[in-house]
Amino acid sequence: MSHAEQHSDPNLADAVPGYERHAGEEFSEGLGSYLIGLGLATLLTIVSFFIARTTLVWQPSIPVALAVLAIAQMGVHLVFFLHITTGPDNVNNVMALAFGVLIVFLVVVGSLWIMAHMNQNMMPMDQIMQMQR
Amino acid sequence: MSAFQGTAGDSGPDRLGHGGTAPGRLHGAEHAVGELMAKRIVVGYGFWIFLLSDIIMFSAFFASYAVLVGQTAGGPSGRDLFDLRNTGIETACLLLSSFTCGIASIGAQAHRGSWFYGAMAITFILGAGFIGLEAREFAGLAAQGAGPTRSAFLSAFFTLVGCHGLHVSGGLLWLLTMVAQVFAKGYRADILRRILCFSLFWHALDIIWVALFSMVYLMGAAA
Repeated sequence: MSHAEQHSDPNLADAVPGYERHAGEEFSEGLGSYLIGLGLATLLTIVSFFIARTTLVWQPSIPVALAVLAIAQMGVHLVFFLHITTGPDNVNNVMALAFGVLIVFLVVVGSLWIMAHMNQNMMPMDQIMQMQR
Repeated sequence: MSAFQGTAGDSGPDRLGHGGTAPGRLHGAEHAVGELMAKRIVVGYGFWIFLLSDIIMFSAFFASYAVLVGQTAGGPSGRDLFDLRNTGIETACLLLSSFTCGIASIGAQAHRGSWFYGAMAITFILGAGFIGLEAREFAGLAAQGAGPTRSAFLSAFFTLVGCHGLHVSGGLLWLLTMVAQVFAKGYRADILRRILCFSLFWHALDIIWVALFSMVYLMGAAA
């Protein structure tokens, strides 16, 4: 299969993040995607700020709710602003993203986990001070 | 086997991506389009990999902040310091600028100058407003004795938020150079690729800010 054949049908070619295929011809179509993204992101942001200060919900649930809302909003940004979708032309982008998410998860959760254990096993500060005398 | 070799030899330059220069070729025009798409894909994909590595760098700062958030050394905690109204305005600035940056990139792809220049101008104003608010917040914190040297919590806070602020400042400089390049050179294919990379960068900064205002400001004020 030659190079020219590979790209003779633009619908089968790979897509890049941030590039929407119809933008050249259909200006309004690209605009619609950004408008949906802006609406959803605004909604999620307002809910986040409301949840953070409200006394209506059980207080320990607030950090979990904030984390869920933040992840949802990042998803909105990825789909509507960066145009990372689950389409067959986006496999490379999604695989790279999945690897990035894995590393981020390992770094953040691993650090928290290890440091929490070290904190727990550490001698209280006043006892350390006494040993140094 | 020999037929395959013959074809391969014939389209050898095509495979390397230089065959499109011959005008008499059957796939000449199609190939030029394919080559253009291919370059755009390579550039966009490479920049996407860079953005992911940048996000991984930020994850290290996030991890250190999460570990050190309780280590206030008797000093003020996030609850005493954070002003959610200011954070809300900053968030609105950055979200709207991400939107207008998207408008600018589709405006550039459609070769519509008024959309591109107008949206880029609004993006710059909103981004500069964000930086201004953040600088004012940092100056206020330093003035009340809560600078980065006060506690491990504040060191981690200034590193994380300041690093994001530096990225936004760099993005503003990049925005100005993109406007200048379009003004001087027009909507050439290579300029459009740079605009694509710039808009990806700007959207990625907004994604990092989402994690930042949720984890640092909102959780810090709620906890």
